[in-house]
Amino acid sequence: MSLLEIHNLQVTFGGLDALSNLDFSIEEGEIVSVIGPNGAGKTTFFNTISGMIPPTSGEIIFDGESVLGLDPNQITEMGIARTFQNVRLFPNMTVLENVMVSQHCRTSQLIIGALFQTKAFKQEEKEIRERSEEILGFFGTRLVGYRLDQPAFALSYANRRRLEIARAMATQPRLLLLDEPVAGMNPIETAELTGLISRLRDEWGFTIVIIEHDMKVVRDVSDRVVVLDHGVPIAQGAYDEVSTNPNVIEAYLGRPVEAKS
Amino acid sequence: MMTTNLTLKKPFELNWKRILFWGSICALSQVFICLVGLPSELNRRILIESTLSLGYLFILWVPLLFGYVVSKIVKLEGIENPKQGAADLLSGALTGLLGSLGLVLLMLGIDNLDMRDPLINWNPKLFRLLTFENSISFGSLVWIPVGVGLGTVGASLHQMSSQIRKMTAYAMFGLFSFAVLEDVIGDLSEGFRLEWLSDMIYAKKGGMTVTSTIVLAIVLALLPLLVQGKFKKTVDRYRSEAKPEDKRRNSVVLFSIVAVLVLVLPWFLGRIVNELLANVGLFLLLALGLNIVVGLAGLLDLGYVAFFAVGGYTTAVLTSPNSPWFSPETHFGISLLVVVVMATLAGLLIGAPVIRMRGDYLAIVTLGFGEIIRLLFLSDWLKPYLGGSQGITNIPAIDLGPWEVRGADPRSVFYMVLAFCVLAIYVSWRLQGSRLGRSWMAIREDESVAEVMGINIVNSKLMAFVVGAVLASFSGAVLAAKVGSVFPKSFEILVSIIILVVVIVGGMGSITGVMVGSLVLIGILGGPRQPGLLQEFQNFKLLIYGALLVFMMLKRPEGLVPTARRTRELHQEEYLQDAWLGDDESEDREEVGEQL
Repeated sequence: MSLLEIHNLQVTFGGLDALSNLDFSIEEGEIVSVIGPNGAGKTTFFNTISGMIPPTSGEIIFDGESVLGLDPNQITEMGIARTFQNVRLFPNMTVLENVMVSQHCRTSQLIIGALFQTKAFKQEEKEIRERSEEILGFFGTRLVGYRLDQPAFALSYANRRRLEIARAMATQPRLLLLDEPVAGMNPIETAELTGLISRLRDEWGFTIVIIEHDMKVVRDVSDRVVVLDHGVPIAQGAYDEVSTNPNVIEAYLGRPVEAKS
Repeated sequence: MMTTNLTLKKPFELNWKRILFWGSICALSQVFICLVGLPSELNRRILIESTLSLGYLFILWVPLLFGYVVSKIVKLEGIENPKQGAADLLSGALTGLLGSLGLVLLMLGIDNLDMRDPLINWNPKLFRLLTFENSISFGSLVWIPVGVGLGTVGASLHQMSSQIRKMTAYAMFGLFSFAVLEDVIGDLSEGFRLEWLSDMIYAKKGGMTVTSTIVLAIVLALLPLLVQGKFKKTVDRYRSEAKPEDKRRNSVVLFSIVAVLVLVLPWFLGRIVNELLANVGLFLLLALGLNIVVGLAGLLDLGYVAFFAVGGYTTAVLTSPNSPWFSPETHFGISLLVVVVMATLAGLLIGAPVIRMRGDYLAIVTLGFGEIIRLLFLSDWLKPYLGGSQGITNIPAIDLGPWEVRGADPRSVFYMVLAFCVLAIYVSWRLQGSRLGRSWMAIREDESVAEVMGINIVNSKLMAFVVGAVLASFSGAVLAAKVGSVFPKSFEILVSIIILVVVIVGGMGSITGVMVGSLVLIGILGGPRQPGLLQEFQNFKLLIYGALLVFMMLKRPEGLVPTARRTRELHQEEYLQDAWLGDDESEDREEVGEQL
């Protein structure tokens, strides 16, 4: 059984088909890239899986259970986490708090524990904190030390992107959706993050779906590539297959004549 | 140096545009204050025996302020400041003159036109006051030199040495507080058995005597020489304490001092001040609850008074023998348990339908619910159960074994409220740093992202609503026992708004801020129906609240004692600049360098 199965998914905004007839599945432990020109429906695809947009028709099955009709927080609890293309951290919370708060659905203490400072409460707080620091430590020295207590808005652009990934990791997902994780990064940072994405799968055991425009990253990390155009999947397969597919080249560059030149 | 010299203004070049602008504002303010009725109403309140009344003071401070403002110069770093000179004094004088001309025009107007219909204070009483019961020309002859003089004094404040300026400020504010707080100081001195002191300062018929004014002014002016930055030094030392254990020790010491003061002080305070403190406590309790809803979870709840009412009415029904329908006459302690249950239910009931709304929509809907609850209490439908507009009276005092908490003894009410406030502060403080508190923060920052990050926003928001509701209902319960009766009109929309103002002015999300806010607003100005320290301003309370709110929004939107987080939020650029000037960026560069 696949980890995520999508059957005949369709999302319509007014008269516009943002996604139509999307049919594919993701196996446990895969890294799948979703590519396509601007406006192809990639982010809508993520929004639909994470429950922010209800699909018009079709079915999404995660780990054998349908996620349709669930609230975003329930979907996150099932094990799907995501990052955002336009970084959406909690800007006025500190780096540490950003990661701590995302463990909400994996923890349970409520008012009583906090008021009476019960043993269970203290234990849970300690675990949340340790886990957060462990996750932040994954990105080297950049997000730890004095940065733990800095507000997220004070971080550099690349660090904000890293923190977004850390925050998604903290929800302890099985499927991680990364929306353009290297957008706006310089080549060195991009190269580093490319390495991290593979490690996310190998060391943390996440299955990863990644939207990316940087073809170098796509080539280096993905096991499989799905190409969307106008909401329709036009090709999928290994990177080399897809990159030579005439349909894909046409979608990106317009006419095959130009593509050859 | 050469270039800056060129930009210096010539000795007698006046900035007419500026003078005209501030002068007109000065005139308009004075006329506005007159027409609002402040001078007429407060004329009977004597500040200095046979010399100055509070009413006149309200006209007099205006030219002083605008004289100060008009001659203020913007100081820029790195550029030599233009020298203050005679031209600035003249600007101040002209501003004061324009202000006085406004008053002259007002006198002429009152004499020749009848505008009493829209403007109630456009009347002979004001006229007599402005002309000193004499002719217009006499009035003008007095007001013009006074305006010019005060404007000049205001302008000259910039040119005094800082030492003298400090002394003047101490003397002025000190005298003002002594004069305005006459009742309270009398009350205080009674509590400390120092009646002779207040007898010495104040004249029998009210107001300070001229001699005591002069003596006090000199004493107060010498005060800064004695203190001379000692206070500031202590605060700095307290702040700069490097070691965490020292800091901890200091906090403990400070906390114990405050705690002892709060516990012991009421025994030395008279009735008036104790009553005042009890009111401050009641509103602090409300404000702490609202602070959780608005400050922490970011839910703008304008119908907060509903929970206050639920607490009050539940207590009334359960404890009063006069309750029209169901009157078990239980003990306050038992009714308190029911209050918690009722408040939780009310919180869920009001919260559940509105919780999905965001921002402004939530504010409007809660505003509606607040009114609905009040109208329900007022309605004929519920009259057989809750007494309608006659309310429920004869609520007994709270019986606590050896003690009794009743309205006639404000000290006991104060201790009762204090206990609840301590509870509320503890709850706010603990929740803030808990898993739930973090989820509130996240919801406040970005609701949709919080949801995607696995937070059940409906539950979290309802939890905030319920905690706030329970705290407000405690306040309502104590109020009912204190006053001995509940009426629908004690739970007007104004209560919600004033509590919100307390939270905003104090500093949203900050417990200390909310405490300071309720002390300043409820303590000094008074609550919606409760008098504050400045009882004279009772009728102008809302005007002052409004002015204060506008001023705060413009000058200090984060509140009087903001949290670090909120300050950062509102001053992001400054924070970023500081971070950039610090070691932040250099480290990033090093990292890149290593990788290269």
